[in-house]
Amino acid sequence: MNRKHPSVTADDIAPELAQLCRRGFLKRALSLGSLALLTGCDLSTHSGVDAGLWAMLRFNDRVQAALFSPSRLAKTYPASAITRPFRFNAYYPIWEVRPVPENWRLAVTGLVADKTPWTVDRLRGLPQQAQITRHICIEGWSQIGQWSGVPLHLFLRRVGADLRARYVAFTCFDGYSTSIDMASALHPQTILALDFEQQPLTPEWGAPVRLRIPVKLGFKSAKNLESIAVTNTYPGGFWENQGYDWFSGV
Amino acid sequence: MHWIGATAVICMILSGWAIYNASPSLPFSFPPGITLGGWLAAGIAWHLSAMWVLFADGVAYLGYAILSGHFRRDIRPVGPKAVLRDLGGALRLRLGHRLGHYNAVQRLLYTGVIVVICLSIVTGLAIWKPVQLGWLTALFGDYPMARHIHLAMMALIVGFLVIHLVLVALFPRTLISMLVPLQAEPETHDEEGAR
Repeated sequence: MNRKHPSVTADDIAPELAQLCRRGFLKRALSLGSLALLTGCDLSTHSGVDAGLWAMLRFNDRVQAALFSPSRLAKTYPASAITRPFRFNAYYPIWEVRPVPENWRLAVTGLVADKTPWTVDRLRGLPQQAQITRHICIEGWSQIGQWSGVPLHLFLRRVGADLRARYVAFTCFDGYSTSIDMASALHPQTILALDFEQQPLTPEWGAPVRLRIPVKLGFKSAKNLESIAVTNTYPGGFWENQGYDWFSGV
Repeated sequence: MHWIGATAVICMILSGWAIYNASPSLPFSFPPGITLGGWLAAGIAWHLSAMWVLFADGVAYLGYAILSGHFRRDIRPVGPKAVLRDLGGALRLRLGHRLGHYNAVQRLLYTGVIVVICLSIVTGLAIWKPVQLGWLTALFGDYPMARHIHLAMMALIVGFLVIHLVLVALFPRTLISMLVPLQAEPETHDEEGAR
């Protein structure tokens, strides 16, 4: 074997190589047609494509967590900017709104020191904070509303939560649930809202207490809370389990 | 680079339609069957996946086109007179095409679609992260306006695609030239490109 003088050099095959590359592109271009087949991939199948989409959702969650700044505030608006009428939104229509259960208490579970359930009066005894911010729905629409209540970071410190835990999970007595990362839970504008437009919450707006978190998409602001859990186990959520991206920061 | 970018743009448009359908801001929806994902969550998953492909391809293309002089030599729009001349020719269906050379109308369209795609990416970031990138959202006049502009950019890209594909259909050898190496055609005396 004469290694010093190969019979075919890279230069010799360069034109063919270029042509092959172009053919590869042609094949990929034709596979644009196979996009039609991909439209069946909607996060509900067990196909490899859907698995890839789920993996991309997880990747985007990490990117979003990296983009999140605990000190960057959502824009606030004057009272004149409040959207009226305010749009009702839930996973069910407005006539299925549940009344607040008798003897309602807010349960606190997981990695917390004090698990005493909370009444509305006790929550009102904590320092309150008001905000007029934009509620941005994952569907694209948005509206400006006014809420006030207990800053969540203050509440979590009050119950002795492990602030190094990864997740804060919320469950609601209407069957809804969601969860957020600890950094977003401790954001200064994240509140347990008791009032909407300076009036105590009514059931359709999340009575007796709801989460209001302007650094996330609207579906994260869970209404009609019944319990809060601090945990290191990924809790998921009503929409998140169906494919809404979990972090959903704005 | 063209084909990866084209695939990414089409994925972005079709998945964007699935997202738009969740809350149409205009009095129409796209047929779910032709969208990518079919419903909101899957549309977003597609949109935020193809986003990375488009971004990587866009950065590679812009870097190449600037450094190689492709922009300066082939794409940079020439004066309005030349555009009017070539547009007049095109509208009278006297379409001359020399492989490897873009006429004034092509230069304007290609520059235009590059700018529009860049704007769609920037407005997309503005509505994806209106708090973390609040300054960018404010630049487009707050969230709802940025969303409208994002939608308008999509419409312009679709408009470009229609013209682009019609012209490719009229001159199929331009497509072939992208797939097999053909010599750029030398300049002819027929300067107006009409024949």
